[in-house]
This record gives sequence, structure tokens and C-alpha cells, in this order.
Amino acid sequence: MSTRNGRDHVLRVVAPLAIGVTVLLAWHIWVRVFDIPQYIVPSPLLVVQTLVADWDILSASLLITLKVTFLAFFSAVIVGTLVAFLFVQSRLIELSLFPYAVLLQVTPIVAIAPLIIIWVKNPDAALTLCATIVAIFPVISNTTIGLRSVDPGLLNLFRMNRATRAQILFRLRIPSALPYFFGGLRIASGLSLIGAVVAEFVAGTGGAAAGLAYQILIAGFQLNIPRLFAALILITVAGVILFLLMVWLSKLALGNWHESELTDRS
Amino acid sequence: MSVASRPDMALPADPDSGVVVDVRGAGKTYPDGTRALAPVHLAVSSREFVTLLGPSGCGKSTLLKMVAGLLPPSDGEVRLWREVQSAVTQAPGAAGRKLAFVFQDATLMPWSRVRGNVRLPLDLAGVARGDADRRVDDALALVGLQGFDRHYPRQLSGGMQMRASIARALVMEPNLLLLDEPFGALDEITRTRLDADILDLWWRRSLTVIFVTHSIYEAVFLSTRVVVMAARPGRVLREVLIDEPFPRSEAFRVSQKFLSCCKELSELLAEAAASGGADPLAGTPT
Repeated sequence: MSTRNGRDHVLRVVAPLAIGVTVLLAWHIWVRVFDIPQYIVPSPLLVVQTLVADWDILSASLLITLKVTFLAFFSAVIVGTLVAFLFVQSRLIELSLFPYAVLLQVTPIVAIAPLIIIWVKNPDAALTLCATIVAIFPVISNTTIGLRSVDPGLLNLFRMNRATRAQILFRLRIPSALPYFFGGLRIASGLSLIGAVVAEFVAGTGGAAAGLAYQILIAGFQLNIPRLFAALILITVAGVILFLLMVWLSKLALGNWHESELTDRS
Repeated sequence: MSVASRPDMALPADPDSGVVVDVRGAGKTYPDGTRALAPVHLAVSSREFVTLLGPSGCGKSTLLKMVAGLLPPSDGEVRLWREVQSAVTQAPGAAGRKLAFVFQDATLMPWSRVRGNVRLPLDLAGVARGDADRRVDDALALVGLQGFDRHYPRQLSGGMQMRASIARALVMEPNLLLLDEPFGALDEITRTRLDADILDLWWRRSLTVIFVTHSIYEAVFLSTRVVVMAARPGRVLREVLIDEPFPRSEAFRVSQKFLSCCKELSELLAEAAASGGADPLAGTPT
């Protein structure tokens, strides 16, 4: 069983890697053989060379995008969790406010971003607000469901032992909500990056900040396609790292007890 | 139905002997008109082991939850130690007047180790850490779970989870223990062993126990008295004394007396199911 597990681990790394290398190789050969101009499709080698050559510009932009992403993520988590706590306090509050949370979720951010950018003077704050709006809904809905999905038997047990409201909240509701909360975090982390990039696109080159979306726009105007690809790769890698970070956090918090994080399935 | 009327049972003398649970015409009708339990009269004396036996839907769990104060009765009232149930649960832990409830499932907190789960009632009551830990150790020893205090519930078998659940009930040193089909989900072998353990605990700790089950064998083996219940509507049919001294050994399970008790109970249940045919609801599939 251990060798099978080991083989599974190796396969998990090797199989996607093989696909990646094959695609890159095919891409490279295709560009070389058909002599595709680099302003249409650059070869992967050229993209990497550009990434290294333009690292100063790109890394500065990456930091700006990441700053917006993290600010948006943290505010989405804090505000979203607070809203979820508010929702579970009373049915009336939830019933009256939940439709508006949904409204926020279904309105395309590209449609309201220009308004926000006009209304909020500070461009950084405007971008963060846009990205927060994109990322907040999964935090609200997951945490609310989590705080509500308490084992009724355990609730009876707490009540029989005359637990106070605070004891029920801290010893029962919050631990019960954690798996849902971390599920929300995973989705929100990706959405805050997407939100940050989209908001920057909408703000366009007029914005003071020069994040990765700005680099993509400029590179597009200048037909500097290798740099466009390089910026794209940075966004993707940032998204993957963010996701892995959330997986690690959730493992850290739930690894001992929750079904979703157990590795030794018995 | 006092213990004194059965000298052959040789129960230890009890200073606070008398009626512990007094169900006075308590019944449950839900707002939509569903009658879960017709008004019941039932008195349980100190140190009795009373089993509520019946098919699903006979209201045995409902009755137990009303005794525990988890469900308010819609008719009548439930008295514990001569006080109305709700008043008893309001006044925290007067010595000699504590009740504990063991649920159908182990109902353990998955994020907490066995020690944390068993200590929960003490934590909620604000008992100091050192004192609480000592009492947890005692409770774990009582159910045979020493050495498992650092385990998470998922690392235990179903039977061991149930033991942890019983330890959690015992940690408050209750006088009245209510068990709602506690071993229903376990296999026959594990259940038999846990039955024997519960009986032993009841005997050694001078508990008063009300035990809900749908197993005739379990009811006969454990009880001093069996309350036979029937469904549609949920009601009490009859009470049957199990006239066998304690401590009871495994030999009792294969004795003639055991079989005749089982026969009597199963005839009562069959009779009730047959007479239920007169009920217009009984014929309709549910």
C-alpha cells in the first residue's frame, strides 16, 4: 500500500509535468517551423527571456497587483466574516440583507468598476474596493452556512449543560464553521486576484498604479507580445501560489479532524 | 413501584429513596395536530433501571426528551425530584440532583480530542482545569478508555465513541442517567458488551436509569422494569417487572426465565400492533 501511495505521489507530479513539457515543446517547434512572427505568438523561450530581461518592470508591477490582491482578500475575509456573524444573529437580518449580498455577487464588476473609480478618489482604494466586492460573496455565504450547520445533537448537549450564548458560539459554532470558512477562503483568494486584475483593466492606463494588468494593456498597444505573455505567466503563477497557500492554511487548521483533509483514510 | 416492595433485588439502602422521575400525564401533540405521545403516567424510583420498549413511532424518545427537558410537553408535566422539570434545569447542579443524557449517536465534537470531549460539561460549568482533568481520568477509567484521551473521535471505533459519550455523561457524576437507544447503531457483539458495562455502572454508582430501546433482549437483560409502548398514537401499553436479582450474568441471557420474559414482551408488542389495525391511520402506508 505504501509503494502504491508512493507511485501515486510520483504520478501526481510527473504526469502534469509531462503534459506541460510536451505542450511547451510543441509550441516552440510550431513557432520555429512555421516561422510565426513574435508579435503574434512568441516562442516560450522568448517569453522566459523577456521575463528575465524585463524583471525589474514586471516585478514592480507584480508587487502592486499583489498588494491590491492581499488588501482585497483581507478586507473580504474580515468584512465577509463579520457580515456572516451578523446574519446568524437573527433570521430577520439575514432575510433582509441576503438578497443584496446576492445582488453584489451577480452584478459584473466591469460594469460597476468605472463608477467606483470615479467615486473613490484614491486609485489604490478604488481598485481594492472592486476586488473586495468580487471576493466577498463566497466568504459571506460559506461562513453563514458553516455557522448554521451545527450538529443538532451537540447543540442539545450544550443546552442541557446550560451553556451560555458565548460558550455555544466559541466552543460549537465557530469550530463547526471552520471547514466551510476555509472553503470560502480558497475561492476568495482566487477571486481577489481576478478582481484586482479586472479592476486595473477597467481603470486602464489612466490609473496611477502600474500593476500587471497595466503592463498587459501597454504591451498590447505596443505589440510587445512577449512581455504580455510574461505578465500573464506572472498572474497565473501568483494565483496558483495563493491557492496553494490557502490549501496549506486549511490543512494546518483542519488536518487533525476534518474529513476533507485526512490523508490516512481508514 | 418502589424498590422496597422487591426485597429480592437487594439494592443498597438509599437515603434519598423515593420517586426521582414523576411523569404526570405528560403528552406531546405538535402544532400541526400530530400526536406523538398520548398523556403518560410514569413514576421512576431512585436506583431503578427502567427501559422504555417499543417500535419506532411509539414516542419512547419523545418521552425521554421530555424527561430531559429537551422537549416541553404539550399536556401534563414532568417532575424531577418533586420539582417541575424546567425549574430543575434552571437551578445548576444541586448535589444529588443531576441528570445526564446519552444520545442515539455518540455526538462527539470531531475537532476535539477524547479528553476535550469528556471534559466539555465541566468546562461549560467552569470547573477548574486540574480538578476537571482528574474527574475526566476517573470517567475514562470507568468506561475503559484509559490511554485513549489523546485520540480524536474519528480514530475510535463506533463502540469506543459510544464509551466516550458515556464517559462525558458520567463526568458530572449524575444521579439520573437517560439513554436514548445508545447502542442502536452498533453490532450485536459490541452492544452486548456495552449493555453489561452499563448495568455494572448502574449497580456500582447507584444510578437511576431510564433506557430507551427497541430490542426486547436488551430490555429484559438490563431492566428492573420494562415500560412497553405502542405506536399510532404513541402510548404506554403496560409495565412488566423483570424479577431477576442483580448482578446479572451472561447465564441469565440463556435461562428459561429470560426467554419467558422475552416471550411475554413480544406477545404484548404483537398484540398492540394487531389492535393498531382498528386505528384508521394504521392501514395507510406512511
